Amino acid sequence: MQENLWLILVGSILVNNFVMSRFYGTCPFLGVSKQVSTALGMGVAVTFVMGVASLVTYLVQYYILVPLELTYLQTIAFILVIAVLVQLVEMVINKTSPSLYKALGVYLPLITTNCAVLGVTILNITESYSLLGSVVNGVGSALGFTLAIVLFAGVRERLENSNIPACFKGFPSTLIGAGLMAVAFLGFQGLI
Amino acid sequence: MAKQDLKKIFLNGIVTENPTFRLVLGMCPTLAITTSVLNGLGMGLATTFVLVCSNFVISLIRNFVPSKVRIPAYIVVIATFVTIVQLLLEAFLPSLSQSLGLFIPLIVVNCIIFARAESFASKNPPLASMADGLGMGLGFTISLSIISAVRELIGSGTLLGFPVLGSNYPGVLLFILAPGGYITLGLVMVAFNAVMKKIDGRRRAAAEGSVA
Repeated sequence: MQENLWLILVGSILVNNFVMSRFYGTCPFLGVSKQVSTALGMGVAVTFVMGVASLVTYLVQYYILVPLELTYLQTIAFILVIAVLVQLVEMVINKTSPSLYKALGVYLPLITTNCAVLGVTILNITESYSLLGSVVNGVGSALGFTLAIVLFAGVRERLENSNIPACFKGFPSTLIGAGLMAVAFLGFQGLI
Repeated sequence: MAKQDLKKIFLNGIVTENPTFRLVLGMCPTLAITTSVLNGLGMGLATTFVLVCSNFVISLIRNFVPSKVRIPAYIVVIATFVTIVQLLLEAFLPSLSQSLGLFIPLIVVNCIIFARAESFASKNPPLASMADGLGMGLGFTISLSIISAVRELIGSGTLLGFPVLGSNYPGVLLFILAPGGYITLGLVMVAFNAVMKKIDGRRRAAAEGSVA
């Protein structure tokens, strides 16, 4: 094996954290991080979709698009794969575990437009990871996303109750808080 | 449709419903590529092009597409125009395409485009949809330019690549790195809110004055 899977895993969770240093998936990060419990549910769903999407898009790229010389259709093909996958996950969860389905609710279809998913699949191709490396990178990035969103939900729950100037209420204070957390994540930069 | 209405739709996207500061959509590119004004402008204009074209096409097909499959249909339309932009940038502006990198294909999942398709283009005629796309796109471009100007000026002391703060300016790396994106956007949003509040207050005072 040429690539070090541990290095990919640690790198994608901490050093190149998706939300904190690469800015993928900022929309759900800001939208769903109001409560720790929903943040955790979102994280789990995203982790699953990103892992499977990494696997499927790898196969699509190297067994369909490359042999047929259709690589310029990459964006269209990948987004369709992800949309189908999310729909599939939604149906499977609905059948097997209605309680989890209820808990995730509206966040499931939203995963399609989470740019972290499309981002990681294209990143796997441009970094030319192997099949295993792609899946590890997908799952690792998603775990990094989950870590950031759950930690930040904890921060936000306290921010909600604090007394701040009217102009800073809502998004501005949230963004500045996220910025300060990103400073903390900068500390991992020297790890690899 | 009257000219007045088109103008109103157009201005709506730039100020009243500014996608970045008011609707808080499309955060990923806003934060990621605003390290220099050139990047901000390039990203804004690329998004504007996709927004105008996709709004136009989606508005044309709005009566034929059954609502159950509308989301995949819209995504295919949007992805087509994004691929066009991607190939054009690679061919004619390779350096810009290099620095925007992965964020060009990611225009597909920019929530502004999807949100406008769903909430405006699917309900309005083609011309109005194009005006809406243009307004929203330019509003996005202006916001990106403002944020990237602040970040480039503080972070490396230049504007559009020209040194503004003198060659001895040491640069504040934090503003070029990821945290600077969040903090700058937060502070610019505070300023926007403060200005809008003042304008609203003045308008309300004027309205009350005219009634009295």
